[in-house]
Amino acid sequence: MAHQTTLRADLKHIAEQIKPNSRVLDLGCADGELLAWLQANKQVRGIGVDVDVNSIVTCVEKNLNVIQADMESGLQHFEDGSFDFVVLSLTIQSMHNVELILQEMLRVGRCGIVTFPNFGYWENRWQILKGQMPVSETIPYEWYNTPNIHFCTVKDFSQLLAKLGMQVDGQVVLHQGEPVNFLPNLLGSLALVQFSQTKVV
Amino acid sequence: MSDSVGIVTPQKWVFEAPITLSSGAVLPRYELMVETYGELNADKSNAILICHALSGHHHVAGYHTAEDKAPGWWDSMIGPGKPIDTNRFFVIGVNNLGGCHGSTGPSSINPATGEPYGSAFPVVLVRDWVETQARLADRLGIQQFAAVIGGSLGGMQALRWSITYPERIRHALVIASAPKLTTQNIAFNDVARQAIITDPEFHGGDFYQHGVVPRRGLRLARMLGHITYLSDDGMGEKFGRLLRTGEYQYGFDVEFEIESYLRYQGDKFANVFDANTYLLMTKALDYFDPARHYGGSLAEAMRQAKAKFLVVSFTTDWRFAPARSREIVKALLDADRTVSYAEIESQHGHDAFLMQDAPYMNVMRAYLNNVAKEIA
Repeated sequence: MAHQTTLRADLKHIAEQIKPNSRVLDLGCADGELLAWLQANKQVRGIGVDVDVNSIVTCVEKNLNVIQADMESGLQHFEDGSFDFVVLSLTIQSMHNVELILQEMLRVGRCGIVTFPNFGYWENRWQILKGQMPVSETIPYEWYNTPNIHFCTVKDFSQLLAKLGMQVDGQVVLHQGEPVNFLPNLLGSLALVQFSQTKVV
Repeated sequence: MSDSVGIVTPQKWVFEAPITLSSGAVLPRYELMVETYGELNADKSNAILICHALSGHHHVAGYHTAEDKAPGWWDSMIGPGKPIDTNRFFVIGVNNLGGCHGSTGPSSINPATGEPYGSAFPVVLVRDWVETQARLADRLGIQQFAAVIGGSLGGMQALRWSITYPERIRHALVIASAPKLTTQNIAFNDVARQAIITDPEFHGGDFYQHGVVPRRGLRLARMLGHITYLSDDGMGEKFGRLLRTGEYQYGFDVEFEIESYLRYQGDKFANVFDANTYLLMTKALDYFDPARHYGGSLAEAMRQAKAKFLVVSFTTDWRFAPARSREIVKALLDADRTVSYAEIESQHGHDAFLMQDAPYMNVMRAYLNNVAKEIA
């Protein structure tokens, strides 16, 4: 298999978190870019899930294992603890059952990785201050045609994890593919959060 | 016609070694009708076995004569440049034991009596078919199939192959199938069987000697089956409430187009299909349940398999619903096997596995393209 060397910026940061030879479930895997890269470069055993049949065809073309399923009702296909990493990339903001999917991710996997557009990004805040719903590079839709129904900020997301008995193990906030370390919830447009069940000490 | 395998000639393979069937019955010898397309490569690694469903047979692709109106039953899928590409694969179609298209079945002569087997023909199970197909593979010198592919009852054979002969298949493509029939599905089969068995011309299965055919029963069985192979929506879209004459006739003759269609399908089928074969095929469906030998655990059954799997289902298929394919997928995942799964949106109900919905053809093409690369 040809090694894909370039990876979309946000996927690159996800890939960095994933240990070689681990078992990876990629939820909303789309064209399988992340999985293909991980299989070629980190020798992971990966499975993708997507609801769109065209994604299934593309992934099968790339010789990836992929399951067509709607994740809104959970991850019934998968047994408890079958994965080391469960990835949900730029999808959670368009899902109905946010709490269920987070719980399901940590049922079937040890470690979850979620990326989402940070609604707290200053440009979004600025557009709201000006009286309009934000449209930006990570939120490229108008309010009336957006598939996104559950926007949150970096701060909101970690609060939800805490409520669900989960802990943040790592967090990177990006803007245009580069990490933002200063005031990330204000200056970063895309967040990556790695999480697991809160350890009882 | 450049994407057709063209004119093909069926071959009859004779197996003189007796076979003991799952029921305990023994057939002293048997014959299988076979068609092949494409060339078997030097290391015999490019063979694909096509397993047929209830009413299928060995004539899977191409034409027998230039005058044939219709090609083999899966010609849309098999041929040069098609998803099952005969430029790359050696494709085998076989009429299963108990069939009525030339393989040994109930209408064949029983060597013990010199009369057609009729009611004396033993019940055959999916695993018995797999056994006869394996013997065919032995004769062809094929140690391992690149893939075993089937829809519906054919998918059950592909599943059984992966469990019984894990070393002998690289890929199993299980389409519009199920790990076992539902109660409702068995119930449909029994109504079909009752239609045949209660036809006065069935004569307990020995109608051949009476020079008659239980045509009415077979026709009803097919009409019922046909309803279950289509979706409510698909049927409604095609026939609606259309009347043949445009007016109510206030009688019991054919009035609605759907009646005309079903009767035509029933008559056509009753003229060519054997009633005993119909009974046998439905029983093979009913009995299929590989988990039964593994403490009821399908995952445990699938743990025997070494093949990689492609499972495909169709949204409007209610006879072999997507939920049944998901059971297969779940069992394979639980057993840590390699599987991809596509749930194709289609109007065509169970029949969709024989149709050409674009995403279905695309996923088959993509998967088999990789199979071809793997063995090249």
